[in-house]
Amino acid sequence: MKEDLENKNTTTVGLNEQERTAIDHEVSLVPYPKAACIEALKIVQNNRGWISDEALSAIALYLNMSAAELDSVATFYNLIFRKPVGQHIILLCDSISCWVMGYRVLYNELNKQLNIQFGETSPDGMFTLLPNACLGCCDHAPAMLIDDDLYRDIKPNELESILKKYN
Amino acid sequence: MERPLTKNIHLNRPPLDAKEYEMAGGYLAVKKALLKMAPVDVIELIKESNLKGRGGAGFNTGMKWSFVPMGEKAPSTKYLVANADEMEPGTFKDRLLLEGNPHQLLEGMIVAAYAIQANTGYVFLRFAYKEAAKRILQAIKEAYEAGFLGENILGSGFTFHLHLHTGVGRYMCGEETALLNALEGKRATPRAKPPFPQVSGLFGKPTIVNNVETLCNIPHIINNGADWFKSLSHSEDGGTKLYGVSGNVNAPGCWELPMGISMRELIEEYAGGMKEGYKFRGVLPGGASTDFLTELHLDIKMDFKSVSMAGSRLGTGTMIVLDDRTCPVGFVHNLEQFFAHESCGWCTPCREGLPWVEKILWSIEQGKGSLTDLDLLEEQARLLGPGNTFCALAPGAAEPLQSALKYFREDFEQHIHQHKCPYD
Ligand SMILES: Cc1cc2nc3c(=O)[nH]c(=O)nc-3n(C[C@H](O)[C@H](O)[C@H](O)COP(=O)(O)O)c2cc1C
Ligand code: SF4
Ligand code: FES
Repeated sequence: MKEDLENKNTTTVGLNEQERTAIDHEVSLVPYPKAACIEALKIVQNNRGWISDEALSAIALYLNMSAAELDSVATFYNLIFRKPVGQHIILLCDSISCWVMGYRVLYNELNKQLNIQFGETSPDGMFTLLPNACLGCCDHAPAMLIDDDLYRDIKPNELESILKKYN
Repeated sequence: MERPLTKNIHLNRPPLDAKEYEMAGGYLAVKKALLKMAPVDVIELIKESNLKGRGGAGFNTGMKWSFVPMGEKAPSTKYLVANADEMEPGTFKDRLLLEGNPHQLLEGMIVAAYAIQANTGYVFLRFAYKEAAKRILQAIKEAYEAGFLGENILGSGFTFHLHLHTGVGRYMCGEETALLNALEGKRATPRAKPPFPQVSGLFGKPTIVNNVETLCNIPHIINNGADWFKSLSHSEDGGTKLYGVSGNVNAPGCWELPMGISMRELIEEYAGGMKEGYKFRGVLPGGASTDFLTELHLDIKMDFKSVSMAGSRLGTGTMIVLDDRTCPVGFVHNLEQFFAHESCGWCTPCREGLPWVEKILWSIEQGKGSLTDLDLLEEQARLLGPGNTFCALAPGAAEPLQSALKYFREDFEQHIHQHKCPYD
């Protein structure tokens, strides 16, 4: 079964040159290739947006591990995406200080404006909305991260103009 | 009041670069330790200072280092890891140090690595700290250029290479042995101990994992001595501490203050007291996995011993305030939802118990609970407690639950009797 998966994928979608070079560098920093698998997942995800079954098998083959083993790692972590995601990722903090300071109002507002719930992607493919544990700025709650941009002390009426920046 | 950790942090400016940091007295500790002190002297000095780990458990840092095998028979490969995974809900102190003064962390790491003779180090940084990642990478580059990292540092014969590793999001990555598994490219589940990481850690080699704030203290102790460090504190634990307050207070924030300042001073003076229209009901003194304390405890000292004598833990020293307009049941539900989600699934009480607890709390919050549910919650809190699991996540999850049942029992009962949340 394992070998079937691997064999099938040698002939389908592989890693591109740029991905291989970046992964090679990470592999050179650790005692054995498998130890670089999280870095490899990050590299491919950065490039392709998410980790498809084909991408997963290609990475596993490249690092000399089984696809099942790599998937057990990939699915363990909150921010490795095994499903397609939108162009922008909204990580809304749903932890305690933001809960006290009203993150649910923000969630409802995002819900309304984008018409999506946690775990969903807007129909135009622009935004994926995800809950995230404490973003480490609880003194400026509620907080959210859109891609690399951190927003703090957010008022619900600011959301519209924040989202506009990404459209 | 001296504030060694934050005196060079100015939030409106980029952090000091290597040159500016040196001009402000930085990297003196590297020169002193590597050129004038033996590794064992560094360990003894840190032990003597009574610096206790700032990651939550509060273990004497010098003592922890002294368990690393040293001398000719010790393995030639050893590792030092800075735990910058800060993901405990309500905790926002390491971010300040990481973004505000990355060279201070690097300097602490170089000295710590020298003390245990580790030639490779990692900063394990959580995914969400994007700005910190950029600043640390820049600082590492500058430190290599200035000769504080790399081969034969300052001609001392000591070599130290430092890498940044960013995580992919999981609270468990902060648990020290789970962190090592994550660094090895595995699922972040903890390891059974013994062996302890000091003896067999990353890739089976002796490894020290220290919290960011712990490491940032090291250069100052090297420069100013153990007695100076102890004199900073209002308690028997040495040094200053980064304290934080969040919730419905007037001025939420994070401050470096003498270890052992009172909880009242923190909340009423530094955080400016409760917002108008809100009354204080309770507080988690050190992050999500600590027991609630109440008004009765406001005058305790915020140090490891005093907080634990009051029935909680200093934890990370960043507190979350519960006010009288926020539902305690909803509050605890939010915490347990987090813990249930982040459980790695290895131990039964944690994997099975936490989702159960979360569901019971939700049904109580929805007005669908019964009084026997409270007994169930108490039993679960006991089962999650110390001794039944591989790591401290489950006991940590039990702490706010058991203390909420103790201090806010009437709120739970009101939900049950009124068949709704009285705060809605
Ligand atoms: C679930 C869990 C999460 C943890 N997260 C962190 C963390 O994010 N940062 C940290 O420094 N320590 C964390 N710890 C504590 C570490 O296991 C460890 O005690 C600490 O890094 C040791 O450093 P210190 O001796 O300098 O305090 C966590 C512990 C547990 C059980
Ligand atoms: S207590 Fe929970 S998080 Fe810790 S090892 Fe057990 S199952 Fe995993
Ligand atoms: S709880 Fe939201 S940033 Fe900490």
